[in-house]
Amino acid sequence: MSTGPVRERSGRGFRARHGRTATVWAWRAILLVAFLVAWQVLSGRVLDPQYVSSPDGIVTRLGDWLADGTLATNTWITVQEIVLGFLLGAGAAALIAYVIAPLRIVWDVLDPLVMALYSIPKVALAPLFIVWFGIGTSMKVLLAAVTVFFLVFLNTAAGIHDVDPALVDAVRLMGGRRRDIALKVILPASLTGLLTGLRVAIPYALIGAVIGELVASNRGLGYLISDSSATFDTDGVFATLVVLSLVAAALNALVTLLGRRANRWKPLTT
Amino acid sequence: MTAFEVRGVAKRFPKGADDIVALRDVDLTVEPGEFLVLLGRSGCGKSTLLNLLAGLTRPSGGSIRHRGRPVTGPRTEVGYLTQQDTLMPWRDVTRNVEMPRELRGEGRRERRAAALALIERVGLRGFEKHYPRELSGGMRRRASLARMLAGDPETLLLDEPFGALDAQLRTELQGELLRLWQGSGRTVVFVTHDIQEAVTLADRVVVLGPLGRIVLDLPIDLPRPRDPEDVRVDARFVELHRRLAEALR
Repeated sequence: MSTGPVRERSGRGFRARHGRTATVWAWRAILLVAFLVAWQVLSGRVLDPQYVSSPDGIVTRLGDWLADGTLATNTWITVQEIVLGFLLGAGAAALIAYVIAPLRIVWDVLDPLVMALYSIPKVALAPLFIVWFGIGTSMKVLLAAVTVFFLVFLNTAAGIHDVDPALVDAVRLMGGRRRDIALKVILPASLTGLLTGLRVAIPYALIGAVIGELVASNRGLGYLISDSSATFDTDGVFATLVVLSLVAAALNALVTLLGRRANRWKPLTT
Repeated sequence: MTAFEVRGVAKRFPKGADDIVALRDVDLTVEPGEFLVLLGRSGCGKSTLLNLLAGLTRPSGGSIRHRGRPVTGPRTEVGYLTQQDTLMPWRDVTRNVEMPRELRGEGRRERRAAALALIERVGLRGFEKHYPRELSGGMRRRASLARMLAGDPETLLLDEPFGALDAQLRTELQGELLRLWQGSGRTVVFVTHDIQEAVTLADRVVVLGPLGRIVLDLPIDLPRPRDPEDVRVDARFVELHRRLAEALR
């Protein structure tokens, strides 16, 4: 077996290997700074700060909130809702998917019903959830959980249904029983589907929680936004949006990490 | 006792209101220890017949016996190397080759040792920790072969195992298959549409026509051990090749 590709040192320098990445990052920084400067300069001269706020105002507001603890308390509440909602929704979805999806006939019966429920905009459920669970934290957690549930459930089920029947046959030929097929083929093969579901669902946990807070609450980042806007405090609205996007960025970093773990092996494509 | 006894076997696949008939009234006997090649053109039902012998599917009519016992499902005494690769993509080569023994409940240490020995035998040393997608097509075939042999099956079923490989690699693997089989006492049923491959490998070639009808049953009286390169220039080889080509027409 002497044929096949080999690995050699290329001798390319830093510029050749990372030049493009460096350029991309440099331009991102330039654009961001230019945008912030333009915003600061135009606000108060051309644009009414009452509507568009200003980087300066936002930073001041963040500083104030950071000092008096408003930011920490409300961010912590929202993060808790996201994490709890995600764990609850994803856990239930994975469990139910692994029970139902392999039973083909049960799945075929339930499929259109699940799709119908999935298609309901989750905001529309908020009023109902308020009636059922009040306006406390549990309402937001459950709204996030419901949003997450369908994404994880449908992706996991798709992963289970996509398992190559040839692999199942291979295990049968090696003397595998039903239990072996479930644990050594269906489970590992469908893990990519489950991971896809988890990755897609993470940002939606954030959306679910914030929507819950926007609709009715007295704490959390969503509440900060609706409260600030009710008093025409655009600085406050923008400051909260900045924090929200930081939370979202952190969650997305988590998603990327998950994606890398899932890519260690890819399905055979021959 | 025969290795396989196929009597009046039919196989139909339901398709809407109709049935697709793949095999009709097939009779075939495979002797123990023989290397039998089933030769036929695409769509003659070769793979269907092999699936039936493996016990993956049940015949619509007739009976199949393996070593005197009716075939009711897959058995570990029968190894099956399919056309496609069915290595588990999430397991590295070693863990793939371990699988038959793992399913049998063998201890971690013994099955690891057996797997490594087989990986060495099929020429995959140095690739123990590679995942299937990191291997070339030929290497995946070797890994599949090692996995099948790890179950220590008494009978081997091979369905165009080298069909997707380039000519040199095919010859090389044919040679290795012959070496692994020679003197092992194992029964082999090998399916191919390649006449040259059939004559190179077989003790006996059975040519299948449409619906699995047997057109010709030809013993291959070339001396063993055979070298896939040398045997092709033998005058007897050319004669056998010609007769099979005629039967296939």
